[in-house]
Amino acid sequence: MPNAASAVSAYRRIVRRRAGLIALLLAAIFIALLIDFTIGPSGLPWRELWLTLTTPASADATVRVIVWDIRLPSALMAALVGMALGLAGAEMQTILNNPLASPFTLGVSSAAAFGASLAIVLQLGVPGIPDAWLIAGNAFLFAMFAALLLDVVARWSGMNTSGVVLFGIAMVFSFNALVSLVQFLASAEALQSLVFWTMGSLSRSNWTTAGVLALAVAVAMPLAMRQSWKLTALRLGEDRAASFGVDVRRVRVAALARVSLLSALAVAFVGTIGFIGLVAPHIARRLFGEDHRFYLPGSALVGGLILSLASVVSKNLMPGVVVPVGIVTALVGIPFFVAVVLRRQLP
Amino acid sequence: MTRQAALDVHDLNAGYGRQDVLHGLSIPSLVAGEVTALLGPNGSGKSTLLKALAGLVRTRGGSVMLDGQDMTRLGVGERARHMVYLPQSLPAAVHLRVFESVLVAARASRDALAPPLQLSDIDRLLARLGIAHLALHYLDALSGGQKQLVGLAQALIRQPRVLLLDEPLSALDLNYQFHVMRLLKQETQEHGLISVIVLHDLNVALQHADRAVMIQHGRLHAQGAPADVITPESLAAVYGVQGRVEACSRGLRQVLIDGLNERPR
Repeated sequence: MPNAASAVSAYRRIVRRRAGLIALLLAAIFIALLIDFTIGPSGLPWRELWLTLTTPASADATVRVIVWDIRLPSALMAALVGMALGLAGAEMQTILNNPLASPFTLGVSSAAAFGASLAIVLQLGVPGIPDAWLIAGNAFLFAMFAALLLDVVARWSGMNTSGVVLFGIAMVFSFNALVSLVQFLASAEALQSLVFWTMGSLSRSNWTTAGVLALAVAVAMPLAMRQSWKLTALRLGEDRAASFGVDVRRVRVAALARVSLLSALAVAFVGTIGFIGLVAPHIARRLFGEDHRFYLPGSALVGGLILSLASVVSKNLMPGVVVPVGIVTALVGIPFFVAVVLRRQLP
Repeated sequence: MTRQAALDVHDLNAGYGRQDVLHGLSIPSLVAGEVTALLGPNGSGKSTLLKALAGLVRTRGGSVMLDGQDMTRLGVGERARHMVYLPQSLPAAVHLRVFESVLVAARASRDALAPPLQLSDIDRLLARLGIAHLALHYLDALSGGQKQLVGLAQALIRQPRVLLLDEPLSALDLNYQFHVMRLLKQETQEHGLISVIVLHDLNVALQHADRAVMIQHGRLHAQGAPADVITPESLAAVYGVQGRVEACSRGLRQVLIDGLNERPR
């Protein structure tokens, strides 16, 4: 039996190891970003990429566009979307107390895609939102609506895991059907830009969208971290957390707002990219445990790393073609999803 | 050190939605340093009473006075400074270490007035409860009895004045039942807690509790010393069974059930 001092120092060692792991993940994301940046259909050599990056003025105009307007923003976007979805998935799994929760599996992303499609095809949106933000604004509203609906159902069904998952699947199908309906009604050009949403692709990233998503992650992450003890307490059960002084209702609604913001922006900018929000929290849980001080940033970083690597893969699947990254994550994610379902004896 | 404190429940109405489970329930003074067994059949309102005391269930009218302060007027955070409620079980598959789960209990709500927590406090508490060797184990790998002891540690680290335990013995073997009750009694006396514990086993109440409160249909049926509350009459009236309470050769009272007075509803 270890003496009193040893458990404290062992715990401190565990905490230090987790902090080290976070640093390691950051480094891995940086490397993945570099690789993602250096490959692409144009096959530019490293030297030219580097020169264009350091002295853009002296570079060839085409190369400059490829480097500064395509490669860089889409590489950054991959990491940012992955982080946003990783964080959103982690928070969802905690507040819904559900290992199968993620924006994609429970219909929040589909709802956002429907909101976006209304804006793209029918120009329908909330009055007062400037045209440039119509798509993102609509996506957010529908995502928030879906998230709140999930919350209501989760409480109504007594947090029954299968009940929430079934309801989420129903939402996925309903919103997908609605998106199909909008597609059916859409004109040829609108249809083309809409199809992009259903696949999930980084190719339309630009500095504005990357900047906005970076800002959203930079706001949501610290807000989530401020709640990290309360969120960890929620893992011990709602009643227990409440009796430890956690205002459960408030914590849940704030978390749902963050989930909605992050998944809506991700959907509005790159379309529905599946399974990152599901897979990243599970990996983070294995690496960090469920102390949310590490689990939340861990899940965001794992998400960023996975999507960055998926982006690399999507460029290498077919020579000269960038496959939409959503297809890659779905292909990798589905076996994982099945594994999670099979491993858990759902109530 | 014993802090003199008393908990008085007066005319409490509480329930879920529009339906009241507790109807004008009053319990006179539960005092510090005593373990009170909360008894009653299924659906009599035991859990609801504990949750209502802890503020997890909305109360309509009535008061919960702790040392003259009405707890029903306090917010969630403030109330949690005084009382801790422990539900029967933990959710499945919680990937937290025992040490962390106790730390979380202390940190979940910041209390500016409380003395700062040292990590070594957790160690000492775990040692006191005899689970120091489990400090770095994951919660989901523990047995039912070990989980109850960890729950007790989570509650005690908050240094509450009132400890509310909902059926902590229900999944435990005989050894752990005895162990948990003995620890609970020891902590209650040493730290001057007011402990209220929902029990189904009347023999455990007779053996370990300082006091018993028996409720039926959300109303108080009887309260006092366990031997005065658990009688053939109350067994018949509240539980609908024909029972005897007999002293064994060592003088310990035992409940024996001979038959049913009525079918279960």
